[in-house]
Amino acid sequence: MNLQAVRAIYCFEMARAGRTLLQSLVSPVISTSLYFVVFGAAIGSRIQEVEGVSYGAFIVPGLIMLMLLTQSVSNASFGIFFPKFTGTIYEVLSAPISYFEIVLGYVGAAATKSAVLGLLILATATFFVDLHILHPFMMLLFLLLTAVTFSLLGFIIGIWADSFEKLQLVPLLIITPLTFLGGSFYAIDMLPPFWQTVTLANPVVYLVSGFRWSFYGISDVNIVASVAMVGVFLAVSLAVVSWIFRTGYRLRP
Amino acid sequence: MSHQTPNASESQPRVETSSASSVIEIQGLAKRYDSGFEALKRVDLEIQRGEIFALLGPNGAGKTTLISIICGLVNATEGRVLIDGHDNVTDYRAARAKIGLVPQELTSDAFETVWNTVSFSRGLFGHKAKRSHIEDVLKSLSLWDKRKNKLITLSGGMKRRVLIAKALAHEPEILFLDEPTAGVDVELRRDMWEVVRKLRERGVTIILTTHYIEEAEEMADRIGVINRGEIVLVREKAALMRQLGSKQLTLQLQKPLASVPPALAHYPLTLAEDGNVLVYTYDASEMGGPSEMGGPSEMGGPSEMDGPSESSEPRVSISTLLNDIEATGIRFKDLQTKQSSLEEIFVDLVKER
Repeated sequence: MNLQAVRAIYCFEMARAGRTLLQSLVSPVISTSLYFVVFGAAIGSRIQEVEGVSYGAFIVPGLIMLMLLTQSVSNASFGIFFPKFTGTIYEVLSAPISYFEIVLGYVGAAATKSAVLGLLILATATFFVDLHILHPFMMLLFLLLTAVTFSLLGFIIGIWADSFEKLQLVPLLIITPLTFLGGSFYAIDMLPPFWQTVTLANPVVYLVSGFRWSFYGISDVNIVASVAMVGVFLAVSLAVVSWIFRTGYRLRP
Repeated sequence: MSHQTPNASESQPRVETSSASSVIEIQGLAKRYDSGFEALKRVDLEIQRGEIFALLGPNGAGKTTLISIICGLVNATEGRVLIDGHDNVTDYRAARAKIGLVPQELTSDAFETVWNTVSFSRGLFGHKAKRSHIEDVLKSLSLWDKRKNKLITLSGGMKRRVLIAKALAHEPEILFLDEPTAGVDVELRRDMWEVVRKLRERGVTIILTTHYIEEAEEMADRIGVINRGEIVLVREKAALMRQLGSKQLTLQLQKPLASVPPALAHYPLTLAEDGNVLVYTYDASEMGGPSEMGGPSEMGGPSEMDGPSESSEPRVSISTLLNDIEATGIRFKDLQTKQSSLEEIFVDLVKER
C-alpha cells in the first residue's frame, strides 16, 4: 500500500479547500442559514409541528443532507475533473499507485470536506433551533456513509465529464431536484397518496428519512430500508468506479 | 542551434552499451485506438542502462504513444514492456517507481507553489518528504528562488523546469523527456542539456523524444527513428554520424568523360550523368561535419567551396585533387559540395515508408 501517495493526494485536495475557504465552507454555511431563515422562521411559523418536532428542527437533517449531497458531488467531481482538464492527471496515472489508493485519496478528501461541512451546518443550526440527537452514533454513520457514497458519485461524474457544462449537468438536473423532492422540507405523508408512492422511487428519500430518524426517531420509511439504500448506493458507486479503472474509461485510453 | 565539435560526444563518459544490460525491454508493443487508428505496430525496442536514447520522429509518428504506454498513461493493445525486469502492467508498482516522466504539454496546478507541487510528486511516488533532495533538484534547475511562487506566475520556460523537477523529485532511475525543448529558449535548452548530462553521469537512463535533430545529435548515445508507429532505425549516434559524414564534391565537366583517367584512379571518383559529372566522395567528419548540421546542406557557387566550418586540412586534399584533375587536362565548368545531414537521412527514412 502506497500510503505516502494517498497522503499526498489527500493533503493536496485538502489544501485546495484551504485555499478556497470562502467557497468551500463559508458559502454553504451562509446559504444553509438562509434556508433556516426562510423555511424555518418565515414559513415554519405557519406550519404546525411535524410528528411532535418543530418545523425548524424538522428540516435540519434534510438541510444537512441537501448540503452533504451537493457538496460531496461537487467537491469530488471537481477534484478529479480539474487535473483531467489541466492535464496534471498524467502524474497520478504514471505513479506507482493502485486504483484503490487513487480513490482513497480523492474521495477521502472530498468526503472529509463534506462531512466537516455537515457538522458545521449542524453547529450553525443550533443557533436557530433547539436540537437533540437521539442516536448520535447512527447520525455520524449516516453522515459519513452519505459523504463517502456521494463523493464516489462525484468522482464518477468528474471522470465522465469532458466539459465544465457536463460537470454541472448531473448535480443541477438530477441531484438537486431529487434532494428537494426527497423530503428535506416535508414529511412524505404530507403529500397526496399518489405522490407518496412516486416519491418512494426517489433514493434520496431513504437517506433523508434515515438521517432524520437518527435525530428524532421519526422516519418516513423503515430505518433498515434507509441503511440498505445507503449500502446499495455505495455498492453501485464502488462497482462503477472499479469498472472505470478496469477499462481505463476516460482516463487511460 | 547549439554548436558542437565533432568529437565532443566522445569526450564525455561513454556508456558501454554493448555490455550493459537493457533497462527497458519493449516486446511486440501495439496500440490500436477504437477509431481503428494504429498508433503503434508491434514495436520492439531495448533501452540500455545508463544511456541517453533519442527517439526521433515526425509529428504523429507514435513517440508520445510509446512513452505513454511505457509510463502507464495509455493501455497497450498488444505486447508488453519490462522495466528493469518488471512488467509495467502486472508489476506496475515496481516498474513505475523507477520512472520519471516529463510530459510534452506544459501542465501545472496553477495555484500551487513550486515547492508544494514538487513535494507532491515525491509523495505520489511513495517517498517520504526529503527537503534536502527537493532543494538540490530546485537549485540544479535554477528554481530555488521561485520555490514560493505559484505556478500560474511562472513563465513557460520556468514551468518546463518545474515539470522536470517534479519528474526528478522521486529520484528515478529512468527519465523520459517528451519533447523537452519544444518552444524553449536557447538558455533553458542548454541548462536542460546540462541537467541531463549530470543525470547520466549519475547513471540515470534518459529517453528523450524530439523532432529537433540537433537535440539528438547533441545529447544522444543512440538514436531511434519512429515513423507511422514503426521503429525504422536504431543506431549508435557515432555510427550514424559516420553515415551522415560522407560528403560529395560534384564537378560539372566541360566535356564528358568515358572513364576516370588512370592518373586519378587512387581517388574515390565516379562518373555520373553520362560522363558529364565527376563525383568525389569523402569523409566530412574530418572537416568538422556535425557542426554544419541543420544548416543548408548544399553549398552552391561556381568555384568557392570553403564553408565557414571547414578546416584547412581537407581543403588541401581537395585542392590536391583539383590540381591533379587539372593536370590530366580535365576542365570543369562548375562544382558543388553536398553533405547528407541526419535530417536528410531522417527525411529519407520517413519518406520511404
